[in-house]
Amino acid sequence: MTGLVEIRGIHKVYGHGETEVRALDGVSLDIEEGDFVAVMGPSGSGKSTFMNILGCLDVPTAGSYRLRGVEIGKLDRDTLALLRRHQLGFVFQGFNLLARTTALENCELPLLYQGVARTERRARALDALDRVGLANRANHLPNELSGGQQQRVAIARALVSRPAVILADEPTGNLDSTRSEEIMKLLVELNETQRITIAMVTHEPDMAAYARRVVVFKDGRVVTDERQRAIPPDARGERQGAAL
Amino acid sequence: MAITAIRRNAMRSFLTTLGVIIGVASVIAMVTLGRGATASVTNDISALGNNMLIIVPGADRRFGSSSSAQPFTQDDVNAIREEVPAVALVAPTSGGAGRAVYGNQNWSTGVTGADNSYLRVRNWNVELGREFNDGEVRTGQAVCILGETPRRELFGAGSPIGEQIRVGTVSCEVIAVLESKGTSTFGEDQDDFILMPLVTFQRRMSGNENIGAILVSATEGVPTRDAQLDLIALLRQRRRIHVGDEDDFVVRDMQEIGQVVSTVTGVLTTLLGAIAAVSLLVGGIGIMNIMLVAVTERTREIGIRMAIGARAGDVLLQFLVEAITLSVLGGVMGIALGLLGSWGAARAFDLPWVPGMDVIAGSFLFSALVGVFFGYYPAHKAAQLNPIEALRYE
Repeated sequence: MTGLVEIRGIHKVYGHGETEVRALDGVSLDIEEGDFVAVMGPSGSGKSTFMNILGCLDVPTAGSYRLRGVEIGKLDRDTLALLRRHQLGFVFQGFNLLARTTALENCELPLLYQGVARTERRARALDALDRVGLANRANHLPNELSGGQQQRVAIARALVSRPAVILADEPTGNLDSTRSEEIMKLLVELNETQRITIAMVTHEPDMAAYARRVVVFKDGRVVTDERQRAIPPDARGERQGAAL
Repeated sequence: MAITAIRRNAMRSFLTTLGVIIGVASVIAMVTLGRGATASVTNDISALGNNMLIIVPGADRRFGSSSSAQPFTQDDVNAIREEVPAVALVAPTSGGAGRAVYGNQNWSTGVTGADNSYLRVRNWNVELGREFNDGEVRTGQAVCILGETPRRELFGAGSPIGEQIRVGTVSCEVIAVLESKGTSTFGEDQDDFILMPLVTFQRRMSGNENIGAILVSATEGVPTRDAQLDLIALLRQRRRIHVGDEDDFVVRDMQEIGQVVSTVTGVLTTLLGAIAAVSLLVGGIGIMNIMLVAVTERTREIGIRMAIGARAGDVLLQFLVEAITLSVLGGVMGIALGLLGSWGAARAFDLPWVPGMDVIAGSFLFSALVGVFFGYYPAHKAAQLNPIEALRYE
């Protein structure tokens, strides 16, 4: 069985010589289909660098990262962009919706880059908004939505392209506890009912508690890797998605 | 996508394109008006008469002809009629100034002595009345034909036909009024003159038999240049000018003058168009400026798009298309404005309005090129952003 994500001994070094910074110093990690991983650690622990590499926004200096069997390390910018386009969905702390663009249009954006035809694009974007419970807000602009709603639109946008992994970078960082709980419940629900694989960075233990597995980084290394809940067996290998 | 981005910032987009709008509008207006002026001059020249040559005594000096030159005689006229087949019509004229009086109205105007061939050569049509008859021309009867201006000044709304007016010291009967040709491009009132038979003018006004100028029209199908050369040869011989000596008369080709004037206005049109094109270039710099601001302002958006899967090329294309859309929109609005403006100006200056497809297509294309040229650098800058840093940009 091949895992969804196979990371073997990756290093990331910024600068060189005296000013060399080892952001990642030999990290190995596998993520299986249907898992929900929380990545924790203090600032400067390398968790953001790790997420950037996991999200194909950056490449490791050394080591191997295979996403669905494809080695990422040697790919150029454009191929990485195509991988993000087809395999990954992003949810950010600051929501990062396009301003003055409706919720529906925001959700259509990844499909626009995938070259999906207009009618299908609209239908799938509406479906994604429906899955996060915002179908009735489709034509609202981001500034007409609450923070929690904006984050749900962002989750819909990440879902819409049917990615292999959704990467969430402190998704509840800008929300109050009630909204945070709503978002986490939504992520858990997507993970459980729709078997979507999620990797989430957080520094709040309360939020990490929702995940199936918690990985803690320190000084560019994984210090603990604890499973809190098992992945249900029916989740494995059933999700389909086009490999690149 | 580009249209959406532009609509989201409608006011700024409009101000950005204003440079291009003004640039394109001025190119169109300048060229259209310039061509109108050329057409107007060409019209004036052909209104003077088709294939017309004017022969005047005096050497071709830059500032007028010398007055000492020997005038032409009726024999010269007869010789031209008989010996130059390249010439179809010959109209000997003599002119001066005179005061015309009718009742208590008077008007100072030009008085020309000529016959009916003058009307043919100069393309004058009789509006009211009749031309001279043979007897009047031969015996020098006291009859005259009025241009529209003296008719209006002396008679107002009334009909002048059959009335007696006094021109200088000559009392004559008005037999006709000419159709108006209006004011020429050079501001000269072409209708301000009175015509009487040449013999009448010579006997009763100038007191000599001199002929001041001979107007001829070249035979159909004969180049005016050929007629000109034949005339020069004949007159040199008749006036006994030795080989190598300068002519003491001038044969002017009106078509040639028309061509010179057209060339001058054409050069002016090109010059004005080129100056206007520079303002279009400045408009392009305005677009580049605002696109650079937009790239900085939208760094985060670019980061989001890249995270979602936009390649560098996608981002480049997006910003390039935005710049081109802006400049093309500006171009279209500029074309409309330029056409409208030149139409208004053409009406105000009483010039023909000649919009050319070539100028319109040319300035449209140029504005699109401005978009590509000045949009590329900002778009390239956007495409080279690092997605991680762009996402972190506040």
